[in-house]
Amino acid sequence: MTLPLYGTASHSAGFCSDKARSVVRLRAVESSAERHAADFALARTSVEVVRAIEANWPSIFVVSDGSIDLPSTFDGRLVAVPLKFNYLGDGDVLGFDHSSRKFRTLFRRNSAHNSFLVTERCNNYCLMCSQPPKDVDDRWILSEIKESLPLIDPATRALTFTGGETLSDSEDFIAVLTECRDRLPTTAIQVLTNGRAFANSEIVDAWKDIGHPNLMAAIPVYASVDHVHDHVVQAKGAFDETMLGILKLKDRGQRVEIRVVLHALTAPIIEETGRWIARNLPFVDHVALMGLENTGFAIANDAMLWMDPVDYGDGLAKAVDHLSAAGVNVSVYNLPKCVLPKSVWSHALQSISDWKNGFVDECDRCDEKNSCSGFFTTGRPRFSRGVRAITSTRRELSPLAG
Amino acid sequence: MARFLAPEAFSAATEDLSLLPFNLERTGTNQYLVSNMVGDFIRLTEDELNRLVDLRIRPGDGLYEKAYAAHLVTGTNQKAQRQLLAARLRSRMSFLQQVTPLHIFVVTLRCEHSCPYCQVSRQSTDRSRFDMSEETAIRALDIAFASPAARIKIEFQGGEPLLNFPLIRTIVADAKARSGKKVDLVIASNLALLDDVVLEFCKANNILLSTSLDGPADLHNKNRPRPGGNSHELAVAGIRRGREILGPDRVGALMTTTEASLERVDDIIDEYLQLGLDGIFLRPLSPFGFAIKTKQFAKYDAQKWLAFYERGLRRVLEINRQGTPFREFYAALLLTRMLSDRPIGYVDLRSPAGAGLGALVYNYDGSVFASDEGRMLAETGDDAFRLGHVDHDSYNSLILSDKLIGAISSSLTQCAPECSTCVYESHCGADPVYHHATQDDALGIKPLSAFCARQKGIMGLLLDILEKSPEDAAILRRWAAS
Repeated sequence: MTLPLYGTASHSAGFCSDKARSVVRLRAVESSAERHAADFALARTSVEVVRAIEANWPSIFVVSDGSIDLPSTFDGRLVAVPLKFNYLGDGDVLGFDHSSRKFRTLFRRNSAHNSFLVTERCNNYCLMCSQPPKDVDDRWILSEIKESLPLIDPATRALTFTGGETLSDSEDFIAVLTECRDRLPTTAIQVLTNGRAFANSEIVDAWKDIGHPNLMAAIPVYASVDHVHDHVVQAKGAFDETMLGILKLKDRGQRVEIRVVLHALTAPIIEETGRWIARNLPFVDHVALMGLENTGFAIANDAMLWMDPVDYGDGLAKAVDHLSAAGVNVSVYNLPKCVLPKSVWSHALQSISDWKNGFVDECDRCDEKNSCSGFFTTGRPRFSRGVRAITSTRRELSPLAG
Repeated sequence: MARFLAPEAFSAATEDLSLLPFNLERTGTNQYLVSNMVGDFIRLTEDELNRLVDLRIRPGDGLYEKAYAAHLVTGTNQKAQRQLLAARLRSRMSFLQQVTPLHIFVVTLRCEHSCPYCQVSRQSTDRSRFDMSEETAIRALDIAFASPAARIKIEFQGGEPLLNFPLIRTIVADAKARSGKKVDLVIASNLALLDDVVLEFCKANNILLSTSLDGPADLHNKNRPRPGGNSHELAVAGIRRGREILGPDRVGALMTTTEASLERVDDIIDEYLQLGLDGIFLRPLSPFGFAIKTKQFAKYDAQKWLAFYERGLRRVLEINRQGTPFREFYAALLLTRMLSDRPIGYVDLRSPAGAGLGALVYNYDGSVFASDEGRMLAETGDDAFRLGHVDHDSYNSLILSDKLIGAISSSLTQCAPECSTCVYESHCGADPVYHHATQDDALGIKPLSAFCARQKGIMGLLLDILEKSPEDAAILRRWAAS
């Protein structure tokens, strides 16, 4: 199932009009943590609402499909959202638009998969983009992130920044990362970027100066040849800039992950791409070979992009071999074990974010379900013909489909 | 939604192409082996090579993709292809950052063995004349500690260094008392004189032992005579005892190939295997010292040696296929250069040469040489690589001496005839001492050089196995990985 991360509040009151948006943090009614101006008591029943008022909460966030009875004496801020947002809990952070009452869940404290969308603008236009770019002025998003950072639990283990191209406004974004260094020094910060901005030495130097102890740039490289990569990302000259960016980051000792999304343009050459990365870029910190998320542009370009993973399993296994042999840390993302050659199982991770991760009925009979990536629930999921429960009896049979 | 563009739309950026540097060699009718600037190999047909050189290639024709991925071409306005080559070349050459990491102390030239192939021309008598003095040793340490490397290795050589064990003790104590460098210690010994006192000392000071083992008893004892005819027995006992006391990875053994070895490579390898050693270094005889005087060196040529090497390598691979990890160390060094960009400063596989920049040798009499082979030459009257003396010279005066600069700068493979255009150049090395010894010329005429013939022969063999034998190739790749 897919967790709804966006929605519209059924009711709101008490927000001032000189500001279009607010960042809201939810707190348990009985929370004794120091109260921040952005904190709202989280109430699911009328009883909890009453307790929140008794506890002098000036702001209340209600998750309920029923009507809310508030004493007329309450003059604080109020937001009410439908029950389908019941997953919200203590420490979660939301962005709330006053006039439209639209909100987005920005941070879930209990999730290992928190990511901030930084912008929808991008200088690539990837054929399979799951988050199709929009050429709009959305700089307010960065302001909202800045406002959110002080509200995030410093014990958070990992945080991802995604886009769009996260470095579209590099100066402002690097300022956000610098704040992460100060507020979230023990959090692993991952930034998804096409890396082209790092062809500019000033930007790489600024990135280096952030000095966050655990910062990684995750950069896609789709081929060993310029025009193949440029076609996939629909941007002439992108390969040259991305490669330069990777070299400049590593030259300054920065951590880099290379990401290869596998589809009909990249998967048939994945062995060669893997061999080439192993030979030319063995100094990168991680390589992720990633199954396609069939959403966004990937749906529009389905005829061009769809390739059943069982048809590229051999090449994928060889790519993993080449990379491992060169000492490169390599993982396979987003592909269930049943469609992968057994030799890459140990590299296959449960990489799909919890809010869009699901399984099919067949998985209930599978011995490997607990350590399997499962599937994306977003967009229009396409299933490999290799999807089949792995059981102790089946494991002894010859490898399926091939 | 904007329209997506077809693949052809992205070819235009690469219409203006430039060639990047590469070397090539004809390997058969219509077949060429091509290597890029950092030694990645690809095979091209004659037609492909001609199209490449004329830049008659276009995205989508298959050759463009092959050539681009191999860094043979770049878009003229692109930067990444060149920057990537630069980064990789810098990594490959970064062994140069560790200047003079090896310091060899010849603590005595005396030896109780009388090997006819002895490359250092050992002496049997006269302790006062052929032992290094304490004063000489301390001055040599002053020089070693003046070298820029943060970590140095001090290797005790002979003769048989254990014949002057008290001086080894003195040098180790003195080196440990000095600050500023991490020091690794090695004793190169035939182990005939190894006893518990020496072993305890090695253990206490974390000293590695390196010894000679030429093969089974009959072969070893024929190559390495000593009173009692028990060289093999003592070496094997020493290796066992040393591994037991110091640890299995703290004793290494090296073999030297003589004419008598040529038909015995399987026996030699089995000897190493039975001793539980994790590999063997198949080494040819060097043209120095007694090896020349006794005409040992002249007894086999490069082709015979290569045949020996190939039989040996294939036997080693067979052992691996049967499940026992066991390496041929020279192949492992070459493969590391061929399959990775890790800097390998191994003396035969580097240019600028390792003479002086890789090692200095302090002879028993205080003379300082640019390499172990350099002092071997001096014992037979050739002072070409004698850089100076510990009494009159400093580290700087030795390393900046005209002799050393001349030998290194005149032997660079990057600009030497035959070498600079050789398809194997990236992985090979300059060996000015060898070429001086055999051709009286630090540069040397490479088609006449057995060094060149061996290097090309072994690299050709390794490439052949990598391309044609997947199972063996997987074993070879593992050797390069660590």
